[in-house]
Amino acid sequence: MSQSSFSQKSISQTKVTIDYVQYLNERAELTQPLPEWASKPDTLVSYYREMVQARQADQKAIALQRTGQLGTYPSTLGQEAIAVVIGSVMATDDVFVPYYRDHAAMVIRGMKQADVYRYWGGDERGSANPDCKEDLPYCVPIATQVPHAAGAAAAIKIRGQQRAVLCTCGDGGTSKGDFLESINLAGIWQLPLVFIINNNQWAISVPRRLQCGAPTLAQKGIGAGIPALQVDGNDVIALHEVISHALHRARTGKGATLIEAMSYRLSDHTTADDATRYRNAEELKTGWSKEPIKRLQQYLHSNGWWDEQKEQRLQAQVADHVQQSVDEYLKTPLPPVSDLFTHHYQQMPVSLTEQQMAMEAKVTKGGGHD
Amino acid sequence: MTDKITLVEAVNQALHYAMTNDPDVVVLGEDVGVNGGVFRATQGLKEKFGFRRVMDTPLAEALIGGVSIGMATQGLKPVAEIQFMGFIFPALEQLMCHAARMRNRTRGRLTCPMVVRAPFGGGIHAPEHHSESTEALFAHIPGFRVVIPSSPKRAYGLLLAAIQDPDPVLFFEPKRIYRASKQIVPNDGEPLPLDTCFTLKEGHDVTLISWGASVQETLQAAKQLEETGISAEVIDLATIKPIDYDTILASVQKTGRCVIVHEAARAGAVSADIAAEINYHAAVELEAPVERVTGYDITMPYYRMEQYYIPSKNDIINAVNKTMEQA
Ligand SMILES: Cc1ncc(C[n+]2csc(CCOP(=O)(O)OP(=O)(O)O)c2C)c(N)n1
Repeated sequence: MSQSSFSQKSISQTKVTIDYVQYLNERAELTQPLPEWASKPDTLVSYYREMVQARQADQKAIALQRTGQLGTYPSTLGQEAIAVVIGSVMATDDVFVPYYRDHAAMVIRGMKQADVYRYWGGDERGSANPDCKEDLPYCVPIATQVPHAAGAAAAIKIRGQQRAVLCTCGDGGTSKGDFLESINLAGIWQLPLVFIINNNQWAISVPRRLQCGAPTLAQKGIGAGIPALQVDGNDVIALHEVISHALHRARTGKGATLIEAMSYRLSDHTTADDATRYRNAEELKTGWSKEPIKRLQQYLHSNGWWDEQKEQRLQAQVADHVQQSVDEYLKTPLPPVSDLFTHHYQQMPVSLTEQQMAMEAKVTKGGGHD
Repeated sequence: MTDKITLVEAVNQALHYAMTNDPDVVVLGEDVGVNGGVFRATQGLKEKFGFRRVMDTPLAEALIGGVSIGMATQGLKPVAEIQFMGFIFPALEQLMCHAARMRNRTRGRLTCPMVVRAPFGGGIHAPEHHSESTEALFAHIPGFRVVIPSSPKRAYGLLLAAIQDPDPVLFFEPKRIYRASKQIVPNDGEPLPLDTCFTLKEGHDVTLISWGASVQETLQAAKQLEETGISAEVIDLATIKPIDYDTILASVQKTGRCVIVHEAARAGAVSADIAAEINYHAAVELEAPVERVTGYDITMPYYRMEQYYIPSKNDIINAVNKTMEQA
């Protein structure tokens, strides 16, 4: 028997099945009976509001960047549902370990929208996030945040607390050792941890199929010994169900879950990218036909829970709020240069104090800069 | 009457003390549990504190670094072991990009009170990748403390201080002297100060600065020089980032001469920084250029020839004689 036919037989014998969860399809039709909470409008309307807020804040960020008032910025266009549900279903004392596209979740959990702009606008204070409790700040190196989540979950387990850690990363992030090492540990140590892969189909110009040879990313969880599934990442009902369930499992000592949320990046990778170089218009059009906001709006309308008047009021309210955050951001004066030095160590070393004095002497008095 | 113990036993004693007195201290790494670490630094901890506080991790260094960061942001004080410094590089991204920066980027909201221990240096006939001294790499990174003990007493006191420190500390243990000598080390929980040099011997002709295993040869050289009438002051740098320049400059201003001794390669070494600072602050008092006795800018040789690489007592004596000959 040849080596290759032997291998093929082995693969077919170890075929895996990954569940795919969806309630509200791209035509805003229900594909299965609704859970209790979704038969009432409150939560769904609040998800809708948060998604509208996320999208407007995002558009504003891009406008600020285009006019030279913000640095390079990663848009969240098209994947608002995942972040909004994460931000909403996590408990206050859970720990969120985000990746760099999770603005909406972070804002719902306490980060000021103005701080989102400050961070991407190049002000260190933007990642202080004083109201975010123990949540970690944005993480730029791909997947390096995933072991932090495993560590925080281990701390929670060691102390016997009923809390969970939720960590996100992109589809590209799942190729990194950090991701694989961490899910592996979560399986061994039965950590109170929820991993969410935001599979928006692209890692800059590299499509999902060139990232991993397996048919789903979720099945990486099987190798780690943790339950894994796919969910429609543009369907807030499915996301709510799946994430709440995984958080509950984590908090009640049943261990980790890996969720692959299927979404689509409708934007360029960042404001420094031009996606037309590597992606065709047809695919983008399909992406727009599945996006989460229109889908939920249509569903709310069809239930009589939403109308044109409410829509206009919401858009105006959100625009006001976003503009306030922009104003607050643009008004923020630079910190004194001492701020660059004071946070490296609890007690500043003498040699650093000397360097601080040298920099202070270099800039004009009163914290201004030449 | 307490027994004398070795440097590695002192590390073990400090870990026992810290874990007994602070429930937030946890130990993790490869083989640190049942096996007690390949050098036995964590021996007995698992039996005493259980698997929830003494964790055998999978074989994944980036994970060990990253998980420690996550634990530290939760207020635990992880003491992670990297089996050999030569294998710390997968964890380097975690340490540099996150541990060193967490306090600064969150303006102090989240911090990383963690210790990473790793044995380092040559001289134990180890295989390739087991014998390098790359402390300068870490000293270059803002936000770290880098600490290197050179005796059992200082290993005990400095490790306790490192564990209590509110910031990330890299604690590199010179494995060549893990078992080279013994001292009485009272298990009294007394930390030694970080960011401070230790003056091991006073003298007035030349200042010898060293750290880690090379302190042994430096002390032997000083003793032999004494017999030829040259009085050397010997300083153990101990914390190599940030450096205690007050002690160093006061000594060099007194002696007018300085020789810095270390095992690490010469280019980009910590000694270059020290020489530059001395040059700047003590130029007037200097009677000879600062000399450096270092390893070479070559791959650390396999063990048959590693003795050619490691600075010897005679290398140090020759360097001192050279500085003494300058007017
Ligand atoms: C370790 C590392 N390598 C490379 C980069 C540059 N980079 C930034 S984003 C990105 C693609 C990430 O794709 P994915 O994980 O799918 O997330 P997405 O941006 O699509 O949401 C790359 C390669 C980086 N930030 N970090």
